[in-house]
Amino acid sequence: MRETDLSVDICGVKLKNPVIAASGTFGFGREHACYVDLNKIGGISVKGLTLRPREGNKPPRVAETPAGMLNSVGLQNPGVRHFIENEIPFLRQYSTAIIANIAGNTIEEYCEMAEILSDADIDAIELNVSCPNVKAGCVAFGNTTEGISEITSQVRKYCRKPLIVKLTPNVTSISDIAAAAEAAGADAISLINTLLGMAIDIETRRPILANNTGGLSGPAVKPVAVRMVYEVSRTVKIPVIGMGGIFTGSDAVEFLIAGASAVMVGTANLVYPDACIKVCEGIEQYMKRHGFSRVADITGSLILNT
Amino acid sequence: MSKLLREVIIGVEKAAKGIYRMTVASAHISSNAVPGQFVNIKCCDGTQALLRRPVSICSVDRAEGKFDLYFQVKGTGTEMLARKKSGEFLDIIGPLGNGFDLDIAHRRIAVVGGGIGIFPLLFLLNESKAVVKRSYLGFRSSEQILLLEEFRQRSTSLETATEDGSFGTKGFVTDLLERDILSEEFDMIYACGPYPMLRKVSEIAEKHGIRCQVSMEQRMGCGFGACLTCACKTYADDGTSHYVRVCSDGPVFNSKEVVFE
Repeated sequence: MRETDLSVDICGVKLKNPVIAASGTFGFGREHACYVDLNKIGGISVKGLTLRPREGNKPPRVAETPAGMLNSVGLQNPGVRHFIENEIPFLRQYSTAIIANIAGNTIEEYCEMAEILSDADIDAIELNVSCPNVKAGCVAFGNTTEGISEITSQVRKYCRKPLIVKLTPNVTSISDIAAAAEAAGADAISLINTLLGMAIDIETRRPILANNTGGLSGPAVKPVAVRMVYEVSRTVKIPVIGMGGIFTGSDAVEFLIAGASAVMVGTANLVYPDACIKVCEGIEQYMKRHGFSRVADITGSLILNT
Repeated sequence: MSKLLREVIIGVEKAAKGIYRMTVASAHISSNAVPGQFVNIKCCDGTQALLRRPVSICSVDRAEGKFDLYFQVKGTGTEMLARKKSGEFLDIIGPLGNGFDLDIAHRRIAVVGGGIGIFPLLFLLNESKAVVKRSYLGFRSSEQILLLEEFRQRSTSLETATEDGSFGTKGFVTDLLERDILSEEFDMIYACGPYPMLRKVSEIAEKHGIRCQVSMEQRMGCGFGACLTCACKTYADDGTSHYVRVCSDGPVFNSKEVVFE
């Protein structure tokens, strides 16, 4: 039996395993550290950062939906400087990759953060141009090829770290958007962010979320996410990080087969604090069962029906 | 310290209309939990009722290593919880959150509970060393009333109010508190219940210069501080207000901290 090697290389970032905690579901790792050994997680994409601290949206910010949930946190975070001073030293105690997820109101803000973070002790920057819960900027840059091209090429000028561009699924052609990001200098693509949704309390006839709409995540979105990862990975040459409703190793393997080089686990972290580790164990078991020695051998191994 | 736990259910029974009691064997919870804390329960395996349900701890039996929970059946998750049988496993995280401050300097306390907010207050009465403990409980109607005997045993006095007047005084529980507030000279008021009740109790406490702790409620995602969905606006020392987490910065706050919006 060949040895199972779980490590992957995503645009020069070496991960001990292909499981990354998705932004917004893992804070800065502090809360989960009570329940899991962060050393066992491939990487952590931290809570979305903005240039200045951000309060976030009014509550309620969460609503459970069939096999999923809607959230509208609105990028509450302590700001990029606080992250550098207080959170990076905490995370660096562990051997896990640090991915700084950044969001801004203007292209200038994204560029400034990319520049600041390029001098910080992090492994990669994830460009969040797909948050559906803030009014200005963010998703507005991510839902047209022109927008994604402009922001990616501008940030590229200031970003001296591997640059991952995180895509929104709320577009007509995800492949076109991904291709535009690649052409503009992205080193990797991550997808999908949440699907814009709404849940209504029929007794009051009001949306449950104070913000009316929010981002849908969880198992409910998984088939959409797998299809999009499949389409994007056939369009671009850069690595694709797949996410959307991954709860188990089997879920993760689906994404890898569809074309992902690594996966992100999101909503599952909120229900099962040890989800990343369980997903990783599941991937390893699958590899042993099917005789895969490297994760990269699974990536894109899809056999299409003819 | 909160842990991921897989504990055995000792029993589940109906306690009042739509309300169930569950007893769970857990040395960890019974020996570590303090009044005001909660556990976060995965009501079923799989993707139905995906998120955990936060339920406050009503009482602990340290000697026997077990604790009691009461929950109202509101939807799929709590329906499944109500159907659990003794001997089944329960997937929980806990104890979670910050409990009530039971300073022994508080000799005369008022306990104000509304509806399903009464449960953590029973735990509080069990643990409190106060000399005078006056309990005020409010319900919508007599059908929702439960645990009166337990509250009576642990309080110096107990009064109830129902909104429809079907039991006790007709009206709101806060009317009873307001009536007694001048004569009783409370050192501390503890409150748990619906948002309008907490706001009113805070106003009464503020007006009379009495310290007050409120247990806030908000829709939660994770329950342990990671997702930032259960936001509550509170005042900082410099007078500015900011969103904090109900689950891990609360659920118990000093009422003066809370921005009632």
